[in-house]
Amino acid sequence: MPSHSRWLNPLLLCAAAAACGGPFPQSTFRPASDFAGAIDHLFTGIFWWAVLVFVVVEGLLLYVIVRYRQREGAPTPKPVHGHTVLEIAWTLAPALILVFIAVPTMRAIFSTQADPPAGALRVEVVGHQWWWEYRYPALGVVTANELHLPAGRPVTLELSSADVIHSFWAPRLGGKRDVIPGHVTRIVLRADSAGTFLGQCAEFCGASHANMRLRVMVESDSVFGAWVRGQLAATAPVARGSAAAQGQQAFMRYGCVGCHTMGAMSNAKLGPVLTHLGSRTTIAGGLFPNDSAHLARWIGDPPGEKPGSIMPNMHVPASDLATLIAYLQSMR
Amino acid sequence: MSGATAASQEKGRGGLASWLTTTDHKRIGLLYFYTAFFFLLVGGFEALLIRAQLAQPDGRIVSAETYNQLFTMHGTTMVFLALMPLTASFFNYMVPLQIGARDVAFPRLNAFSYWVFLLGALFMNASWFAGPLLHVGRLSVAPDAGWFGYANLTSRQYSPGPNVDFWVLGLLILGVSSLAAGFNFIVTILNLRAPGMRMMRLPVFTWMTLVTMFLIITAFPVITVALVLLLFDRTFGTHFYLTSAGGDPLLWQHLFWIFGHPEVYILVLPAMGIVSEVLPTFARKPLFGYTVVVYSGVLIGFMGWGVWSHHMFSVGLGPIADSVFAATTMLIAVPTGVKIFNWLATLWGGQLRFTTAMLFALGFIGMFTIGGLSGVTHASPPADLQQTDTYYVVAHFHYVLFGGTVFGLFAGMYYWWPKITGRLLSESIGKWQFALMFVGMNLTFFPMHFIGLLGMPRRIYTYGPELGVSSLNLVSTIGAFLTGLGILLFVWNVWRTRTRGAVAGNDPWGGATLEWTIPSPPPVHNFDVIPTVASRIPRWTKTQLAAIPEGAELSPPEIHVPGGSAWPLVTALGVPVLALAPLGHALWLALLGAAIILLGIFRWAFEPFEV
Repeated sequence: MPSHSRWLNPLLLCAAAAACGGPFPQSTFRPASDFAGAIDHLFTGIFWWAVLVFVVVEGLLLYVIVRYRQREGAPTPKPVHGHTVLEIAWTLAPALILVFIAVPTMRAIFSTQADPPAGALRVEVVGHQWWWEYRYPALGVVTANELHLPAGRPVTLELSSADVIHSFWAPRLGGKRDVIPGHVTRIVLRADSAGTFLGQCAEFCGASHANMRLRVMVESDSVFGAWVRGQLAATAPVARGSAAAQGQQAFMRYGCVGCHTMGAMSNAKLGPVLTHLGSRTTIAGGLFPNDSAHLARWIGDPPGEKPGSIMPNMHVPASDLATLIAYLQSMR
Repeated sequence: MSGATAASQEKGRGGLASWLTTTDHKRIGLLYFYTAFFFLLVGGFEALLIRAQLAQPDGRIVSAETYNQLFTMHGTTMVFLALMPLTASFFNYMVPLQIGARDVAFPRLNAFSYWVFLLGALFMNASWFAGPLLHVGRLSVAPDAGWFGYANLTSRQYSPGPNVDFWVLGLLILGVSSLAAGFNFIVTILNLRAPGMRMMRLPVFTWMTLVTMFLIITAFPVITVALVLLLFDRTFGTHFYLTSAGGDPLLWQHLFWIFGHPEVYILVLPAMGIVSEVLPTFARKPLFGYTVVVYSGVLIGFMGWGVWSHHMFSVGLGPIADSVFAATTMLIAVPTGVKIFNWLATLWGGQLRFTTAMLFALGFIGMFTIGGLSGVTHASPPADLQQTDTYYVVAHFHYVLFGGTVFGLFAGMYYWWPKITGRLLSESIGKWQFALMFVGMNLTFFPMHFIGLLGMPRRIYTYGPELGVSSLNLVSTIGAFLTGLGILLFVWNVWRTRTRGAVAGNDPWGGATLEWTIPSPPPVHNFDVIPTVASRIPRWTKTQLAAIPEGAELSPPEIHVPGGSAWPLVTALGVPVLALAPLGHALWLALLGAAIILLGIFRWAFEPFEV
């Protein structure tokens, strides 16, 4: 990381950690990509300029408060109306400091918005109320809420919206970019190394804006390759007579196929693709861990768990719920 | 408006009718003050509910829907129903006194502005209880799309209820009030100055009022256009903001922020004006660099028009647009910094008296500086990509609008309360209030810098414990309640001052400007004899002082002042009726509203001017 960060990060993290501790999975102080690193470096420089001005101005303020407090018997102050040289000095000084902020800013604007290098992996990110759809046109993969990226390779995220304005933000991987209907916006980044990075929608997008989470799995080339092959492979057929097979029946009976893509069975696009749901770590737009208990809670009452959810409460009885969950978990 | 002599007016000052028909700028100022302060309490209550919800992760105090209504109404209320009208109360009361006038240029238009503001505020807040009337099956239909109301979330498709309609129509009503006041005060300041009160002798507060009014009359038409387009999209099926037929939601963002950034200066410049009055008085020194302070205020007003896209850096306008708006935004820090250095130079070498008004003015300098510096960090677009729409920005603008505007307004309240009521607010309660608010606001807003940079977005009704920001949020909530306690102390102070406050006399502080030459509270006609001004600081200039007659020493002569009129109120009543038409989908309401307005204007126009 740039030299500034080594100074700033411990300082800010200590202040924050003193109050709450924790690994801070969405901290902008822990950059994990070239994009996030460039911003962190720029911010650190501006931060120290701001500290300098802060110390000067607040120091002067405290000084005059102490030095010029009213004293008994002091004469009436001399009326001073102004001083041209001083006025010019304190007009030029901030202007000069701003040059030191503006030049690196312009550099960073152009470097972070540069065209992606040839061979960058292109991913189409589509924002929905309140979940994320990811499409890898070159790989033929479509998935939801958990974005898989290879480490150390340039990536272009092309952002668009299916409904209202959202904003894609995984702070450790870089700045946010709005997701706007009728527009295609772009994030170009290269993740440093493997890891799981949390993020969430940053533009208010309706009732469950707070519940529009996301996570990015940055993986080594081999792990990423394996994930892609897994996504492309057909899911194993359910064993006849098993709970999963009954769940598959329920999946059709309750009309789930009307909204969700599920392997070869359904191609619906309204909700997130569920074909390989069993291989994901979270459900419901990154809100809950992908386990039986949370699947039961979620399918049992989507609008109750996620206000405004388009997925209705289907009033699925417990017996069907268990088989549905068995089926979904078998779709790996 | 029947004319009346000052003496006869003084007698008839009691009873509800006299308040409903008043055209006295001082009474209208008081109406603005009490109404706006009530809405400051409402907006504050909304803020405390928000903070209660966020005190811990996975908060369950209010639902997602209610939370979204709370932050929408907190922002809308504070900007349009509390801070702007609080500054308006000072414009109304103080500007005529500071320029040596007997009233504003258009007293009945002034009354109209107030009534439209009150009705607009009530209309907007009626949404909290209007559900049953509109048969929507729940009590509250308060606006819930944010004070910035980004398209296309506000479209009929994604906001089908009447919530957004209340917001659109409420803001349109309030815009009428602001525009009328804007023209009124520009004419007042330009035309009603006392003899010798040249532009460069105007008190800085009056100067900043003038700049603010020019910003209002130029910025409000933009939001009006944006809102009318939205109203058409929602009501008549047009597609200005909808991509489905070639519209663009970004059009809204441009229009909103072309209004929205000047609006920031509409909120801050009056407070800067107040601070520029309070500091010299309690330092016993004239303002350092008066000309530079005035011109930098004017410059800020102009430059405020060229920075709107810095609210849109995350939109992806491209590197050229980002660079230009970064540069203009950084430049605005220069005139702002110049003001701060001139205030410090005013204090330098003075004899500082730490009255409550002075403490709030000093607090303004200290806190506004923090807000300004964090502002510079998001003038840099790449850095802003990590800051915008997070709690870091919430911290930034509350240092500007709370540490800045609200502190400046309280400085003004403590400074001018004795002039307005004739009694001094308690200084000891005032200092407790300042201490509570100073500690409270820093506890509330300083941790938000970290909360934001640690990854918590704005406008989320809940957050997970895994973010690691739970303790910081708890600290922030505790600070918010301390701040609220400080505000309650002020309410108590005002209440006990009615009977127990020390009598002020004409000039309890030794102020330099004209309002301190007349009795407190001022008589209905303000000045027995219109003073002739020969100095920027008339009361501090020996030769000038002798030339200004002290009001109380003269007997009230036969001075004609504007009498009352009911027609501004009648005309104003038609405006919300008109606004009910799109809500109730009823043409007859539109016709009724228009008829009331026409009747009011007709009677207003042909009202006998003199009896």
